[in-house]
Amino acid sequence: MKRLGLSGNYAVAYAVKMADVDVIAAYPITPQTTIVEKLADFVANGELNAEYVNVESEHSAMSACVGASLTGARVFTATSSQGLAYMHEVLFIASVLRTPIVMANVNRALSAPLNIWNDHSDAMAERDSGWIQLWASSAQEAFDTTIEAFKIAEDIQLPVMVNIDGYIVSHTYEPVTLPDQEEISGYIPSKPMTNRVSPRLAYSSGVVGPPEYYYEMKYQAVDAMERSRQRIKEIESDFNQRFGKDYKDINTYHMDDAEYALLIMGSMTGTARVVAESLRRKGEKVGVVSIRCFRPFPFERLAEIFKGVRCVGVVDRAVMPGGPSNPLFVDVASALYGMAERPVLQSFVAGLGGRDVPTDEFELMFNKTKEGARTGRAGPCVYVGLRE
Amino acid sequence: MSTVFRTIKDVPKEEYFAPGHRLCAGCTAATAIRQILKAAGRDVVVVTATGCVEVATSYFPQTAWRVPWVHVAFENSAAVASGIEVAMKALNRKKKSDEKIHAIALGGDGGTFDIGLQALSGALERGHDFLYICYDNEAYMNTGIQRSSATPYCAATTTCPPGRLSAGKMTQKKDLVAIAVAHEIPYAATACPSYPFDLMNKVRRALDVEGPALIHILTPCPTGWRFDINEGIDVGKLAVMTGLWPLYEVVNGVTKLTVQVPRREPVKKYLKGQGRFKHVGEDVMKRIQERADLLAAKFGLGPVRQ
Repeated sequence: MKRLGLSGNYAVAYAVKMADVDVIAAYPITPQTTIVEKLADFVANGELNAEYVNVESEHSAMSACVGASLTGARVFTATSSQGLAYMHEVLFIASVLRTPIVMANVNRALSAPLNIWNDHSDAMAERDSGWIQLWASSAQEAFDTTIEAFKIAEDIQLPVMVNIDGYIVSHTYEPVTLPDQEEISGYIPSKPMTNRVSPRLAYSSGVVGPPEYYYEMKYQAVDAMERSRQRIKEIESDFNQRFGKDYKDINTYHMDDAEYALLIMGSMTGTARVVAESLRRKGEKVGVVSIRCFRPFPFERLAEIFKGVRCVGVVDRAVMPGGPSNPLFVDVASALYGMAERPVLQSFVAGLGGRDVPTDEFELMFNKTKEGARTGRAGPCVYVGLRE
Repeated sequence: MSTVFRTIKDVPKEEYFAPGHRLCAGCTAATAIRQILKAAGRDVVVVTATGCVEVATSYFPQTAWRVPWVHVAFENSAAVASGIEVAMKALNRKKKSDEKIHAIALGGDGGTFDIGLQALSGALERGHDFLYICYDNEAYMNTGIQRSSATPYCAATTTCPPGRLSAGKMTQKKDLVAIAVAHEIPYAATACPSYPFDLMNKVRRALDVEGPALIHILTPCPTGWRFDINEGIDVGKLAVMTGLWPLYEVVNGVTKLTVQVPRREPVKKYLKGQGRFKHVGEDVMKRIQERADLLAAKFGLGPVRQ
């Protein structure tokens, strides 16, 4: 075990090195770039025995990953924003071809206007691509989640996206504890998986699925995602036990007796908790819930957590123009729809394009949510911090 | 050096491209693939771009491929092949696999000249040990004969129809082999299934070199070029005999003609046989003849038969 000062991006790179991947397909994009730079160093110095492919685009990065993964190799890539959007087409193919690729997505706003700072619009636009989506909100969590991602991907045979907030997590240095290599190797042994391009099999992958078959083929990936709900829980509990952690699909803070709460994803969780703590000291029954496993969306547990809660403020760091609300809100609303007595939901949008969301804006969101709890009614979506 | 195909006796009996696929009757791309796989043998994986060949050979639950075969999307067959090539290299080096698999990417002219050119250029520049084959039927035939940047001058397609203001496609086709050679790859060649031994020997040589290789194969298309289904091989021969499709290879930058044409046929004979050129007049034919003459001069072909 050793303790290093690492940025979120370097923590991911260290995890990928310790996972002993076979192939990395890399294309630079801010703020992801330092992940693939670090990995290039590891490969150049012989610290990681992998093929490093400097592809000419993210589309080719994901395409090369799919090809490499079909051989049974362990494969990694990283991207952000426009890069993820450029991969869009191949993401759907990767999931239905059941290629267990692990990708770090360092969350960044989508253009236009061009913006290299954090929000969640990139990942939200790919939520239906059939990828498992995990979200980490610190460098340590980025390391741990990346290790876990290989386990999950290869167990379920679905690709996994590990999301970390651009700059806020990716470029912040924190102390990170790295387990010994033997521990990691024991947990995710780097062994070849089925080679689907072996001449011994002469297998055809990526065939035409006519209407008589497409449905069933697509459903297999849907079903795998459904079945992953249980497996991810088991894998996570094993991970927690081995490495002395306490990761869950949903993290809760003061939710045992909360009357109102904010639901959030990514690094804003920290600020929300600090503000919740100060409100608690004033006697407010307030809590914070953050989603760590966004796909598959943990709707059952969410409903349990919100039992008895009167109002939930859902903080989206992305928008869904013209939709019923914003992406996270819509998922939460669907998850809670079946509850006999469900909380009122108040929608917030905050922090688009890297706009800071300071504590006073969290106070505003908590207050607005409290109002919903008091009146039993929510207002229209609040665009927090927007200058009008 | 592996097998050289001189006579039919040198050609393996094994068929790695199964009959019963859904390509059009008379499709010469199918003929080309049969020849490619006979030359390549079974230790290959064929990565096929979306297109005629892909949709017509992998219609679930059937597949015409008796070798490992992969399709991911339209524009990325070179990138997928890159991934397979490096992965096998890593798995071999790390002793996770002892299988030796040669990656062959196969794309039509749309998937190569147009939408796949970036991925192809990237893969050639990175120096992967793989073979890229473009089967060129000179338009988007799978979607119903639309113009590509490989469509020849004045050919009619559904998106460059001749009309009062147009004579068909108004520009020349790209020189794909020159583009490939500009990447300083060790091997590039043209081929045509009308010349099977030439084609198969080129596949062998391309697989034998270390690094990227590209073969550009002209595959006449009865459906899109509008000729009878029994004429594909003859049309291919005429393309070569007129000088419009010189058969050559470029080995480490040195160009060598592989099929000499001592007496060229006039291009008129080639154009007359195809419905896609039926609208062209004498002036256009003259211009196309001039292009054939230029190519003939460049590659050292003989004069036009009088």
